Amino acid sequence: MINVKHLTKRYVNIAAVDDISFDVGEGEIVGLLGPNGAGKTTTMRILTCFMPATEGVATVAGYDVFTDSLNVRQQIGYLPENVPLYLDMRVKEYLMFRAKLKYIPRRERKKKIDYCLEMCGISDVQNQITGTLSKGYRQRVGLADALVHDPKILILDEPTIGLDPNQIRQIRQVIKDLGQKHTILLSTHILPEVEMICDRVMIINKGKIVAMDTPENLMKQLKSSANVVLEIRGDGEKIKDSLSNIGGVRSVVWKEKGDASEFVVEAAGDKDIREDIFKCIVKDNYTLREMKRQTVTLEEIFHQITTRETEGDSDNA
Amino acid sequence: MRNVSTIFQRELASYFFSPIAYVVISVFLIASGFFFAGNLQFWQEASLKGSLDSIQFFLLLLTPVITMKLFAEETKSGTIETLMTSPVSDFDVVFGKFLAALSLYIVMVLPTWIFVLFLTIFGNPDFGPIFSSYIGLILMGGLFVSVGLLVSSLTKNQVVAAVIGIVSLIILWVVGFLSKYGEGWFYETLRYIGTYDHWESFTKGIVDTRDVIYYLSFTALLLFITVRNVESRKWR
Repeated sequence: MINVKHLTKRYVNIAAVDDISFDVGEGEIVGLLGPNGAGKTTTMRILTCFMPATEGVATVAGYDVFTDSLNVRQQIGYLPENVPLYLDMRVKEYLMFRAKLKYIPRRERKKKIDYCLEMCGISDVQNQITGTLSKGYRQRVGLADALVHDPKILILDEPTIGLDPNQIRQIRQVIKDLGQKHTILLSTHILPEVEMICDRVMIINKGKIVAMDTPENLMKQLKSSANVVLEIRGDGEKIKDSLSNIGGVRSVVWKEKGDASEFVVEAAGDKDIREDIFKCIVKDNYTLREMKRQTVTLEEIFHQITTRETEGDSDNA
Repeated sequence: MRNVSTIFQRELASYFFSPIAYVVISVFLIASGFFFAGNLQFWQEASLKGSLDSIQFFLLLLTPVITMKLFAEETKSGTIETLMTSPVSDFDVVFGKFLAALSLYIVMVLPTWIFVLFLTIFGNPDFGPIFSSYIGLILMGGLFVSVGLLVSSLTKNQVVAAVIGIVSLIILWVVGFLSKYGEGWFYETLRYIGTYDHWESFTKGIVDTRDVIYYLSFTALLLFITVRNVESRKWR
């Protein structure tokens, strides 16, 4: 549905987006992840025909964003980052205006607007002036606007920014539901969000795509040295020694924790050492209180990938 | 083209959501009423002579206040992004906004017909110059609005848009006066560009095609530049 080839956007002397290529298939939810200023918004603005690329080609639903922009705009629903609304209009009036702009036939307008109000949970504020709404409600009005003409593709720029945790949950659920009917490209810098809702993740840093895969695969790639966290009662030093002697253990770190000690055991390579640890503890007759595997979160991957890039850059400089 | 009316309706409605329309219209009517009374006393004649010139001066000051928000506000608040990413052409947006501002201008000018009513009650005015003057006022309104619209699309600060709009209109007005100070093609061009000269014949009861063409073509040119300027975000 979205097809991007060698897209570059250069401002006077910096490249905001630097030769990126990606595809988004029909019905996919793809997350664009990156630190602030990575080029997420610029990419989205190019895809929504708000600004053109310096180089490269992008097609959305089969139409070129530069030469066929009216058709592209008919196919997409766009929620810009700060959710700009006309603050002097009532919610329903605003959606009515947007529906007209998007060529929804007169007969269907009311039905579609009611559906969007329902979907985004703003039926009860439909007669309020948008300027009086809180950030969370404005966000939902923006989402309702993006949805109103039932577009094939939704492009959402930071859809959950500035919301409280409950609202974030609701919006995520809404996005997930929408994902069954629409193709969605969303940007965020909140990592658990991507893990929760996206089929695929693109990590973008300094205008370049540095990783692109499913959230699970990305985690697998970096999970090779999984840590095991233990809480054991007994003499810390002694336990540490016996744990270190297990085959396949790379390092053991421990600290006092109340009357017990907490250990972080790092395994070498892919080996699952949990059973060995258990046997060792039973053999030496210690009391095990807790054992858990510390999986690498997307957050760490993100951190690793983006900082690795930065280090590479400073080496070059 | 279909979206012109959608944009037009929203813009016109938003004038009346905000106090701008009411403030501008009241200021204009108070000022023009005051000058109508003054001119009537001075000329002792059942015509709009003199009053229309002062009315024109107020239009020159107030039209940029009407147009200042059209693009500047959208750029500042970011709504330009939602607007321009919906399936609407740049021309539709510019023309819809132009029509909305022109309508407000007409709404502002129309109540001055009460002066005409006064004249017919207490005297016997010649309706020819009055009708032609109003045709002139509307044509001139188109030009003033398009100047203001262009200026508004150049900045995101409404105050700047209003001030530059007023200054541009004043320049456009006085530039014709300079033609009195010399001869030749240069002064002749200045005379043609200035609005005053074209306006004057309307007040005398003459609807000259040349003047009509002047206003319409100048308006069209400015709208064209505005569309180009709005489009320019795509190649800047």
